[in-house]
Amino acid sequence: MAYQWDFTPVFANADLLAQGLVNTLKVTGTALACGLALGLVLALLRLSRLRLAAWPAGLIIEVFRTTPPLVQLFWFFFALPLIAGIEMTPFLAAAVTFSIQSSAFFAEVFRAGIVSIERGQWEGARAIGMTHGQALRRIVLPQAVKRMIPAFMERAIELMKTTTLVATISYADLLFAANEIAQKTFRPLETLTVAALIYFVVITAFSLFARRLERRLAVSGESTVH
Amino acid sequence: MTLLAVSGLAKRFGGNAVLAGIDLDIEKGERIAVLGASGSGKSTLLRCLNFLEIPDAGSIALDGKLVGRGERELVQVRQRVGMVFQQFNLFPHMTALGNVMEGLCTVRRLARPEAQARAERELARVGLADKTAHYPAHLSGGQKQRVAIARALAMDPELLLFDEPTSALDPELVGEVLGVIRALAEEGRTMLLVTHELGFAYHVATRVIFLADGAIHEQGTPDEVLKHPKRERTQAFLARHKEFSL
Repeated sequence: MAYQWDFTPVFANADLLAQGLVNTLKVTGTALACGLALGLVLALLRLSRLRLAAWPAGLIIEVFRTTPPLVQLFWFFFALPLIAGIEMTPFLAAAVTFSIQSSAFFAEVFRAGIVSIERGQWEGARAIGMTHGQALRRIVLPQAVKRMIPAFMERAIELMKTTTLVATISYADLLFAANEIAQKTFRPLETLTVAALIYFVVITAFSLFARRLERRLAVSGESTVH
Repeated sequence: MTLLAVSGLAKRFGGNAVLAGIDLDIEKGERIAVLGASGSGKSTLLRCLNFLEIPDAGSIALDGKLVGRGERELVQVRQRVGMVFQQFNLFPHMTALGNVMEGLCTVRRLARPEAQARAERELARVGLADKTAHYPAHLSGGQKQRVAIARALAMDPELLLFDEPTSALDPELVGEVLGVIRALAEEGRTMLLVTHELGFAYHVATRVIFLADGAIHEQGTPDEVLKHPKRERTQAFLARHKEFSL
């Protein structure tokens, strides 16, 4: 007998899904914002000529890039209270984990972007009397960020999907909500399909926005080709 | 009066001594052309004078004051010793106006309207009053180099360093850049110019220096060095350069 698709139970629980989506966006947004800021700091530390700064930054980056995000999440949520007595809500644990985790990836994107800028740009800036910091902020980073947009975008999409792991610490994100509805209504196929559709729509909208941004920025700054 | 006093300047890259003890006093108002075969250390000499390369040995005094190595001090010196590069090194994400304003706003901390007025004057001086809104990608090589000159001029440097400013240009664009440099010479600006344009050096420079193996091999007036070189390597260099001239 053919399977009878029935989406009505899903729509009946639309409010749960909506709340789940909001929670997913909260974790993803926080992790993106904090990850970018922290990632820039890590990248600059790693590029620093001071070994004492470069080495620890490199260690943090490598640890968080190479270990499974699920384990990282468990460290912050379950292990940290045991070891250090630091209790975190599921949201905070998720936000902290994914902020640091994505900062490790963003740091490498920043670093690649910064070193891809020709030496002549640094020299042009220094020749008019800029400090290293001014050259970085005014000349190198604005150009580097433009080149980094595709990699950032890729990482942000990856991040949004990785945040589905928060269900394991009972944070009610979109996938968690979908699972609840599925169990309640015995309609897992319909619910999970709708959830996937929501991910698809949100991520596609984000990609389109990022691509448009990239194109707009590309208009002004071509290369330094002579 | 001596503006820049260089003494015992040395620079090595790896095992290679690029500058092997340069002594050079640059007087206010002097226009010095630096010649030499490739690898003779011309560019490195220039880049040491504004500390884009940090010399390994020797001293540089600006206006009688010895220059140290701290960033704060180097930043001050670089504002007083401007540089124009062979490859322009314009900032591609800024318009011509933005390029010239950048030093005024970020380094000098001028208010934007003031910086803009100043930048527009400098661009007009190099004949680019109508290109202020153009990004470097939409300018010809000669125009880019003129923007770069305006960018350096905006900082009011006491000494201008030109590192082969026309070597990256198509031949038909060389003239417009040399014209601007000549106009600056006529204003009495102090400048040091690394160039392969011997004719230009002859007519514009007040002194010509010939570098070989990282040392000053011969120097004198343009007439002495370019027309009546005394040393064999200078003669050979000039002969090579004249081989194909008409």
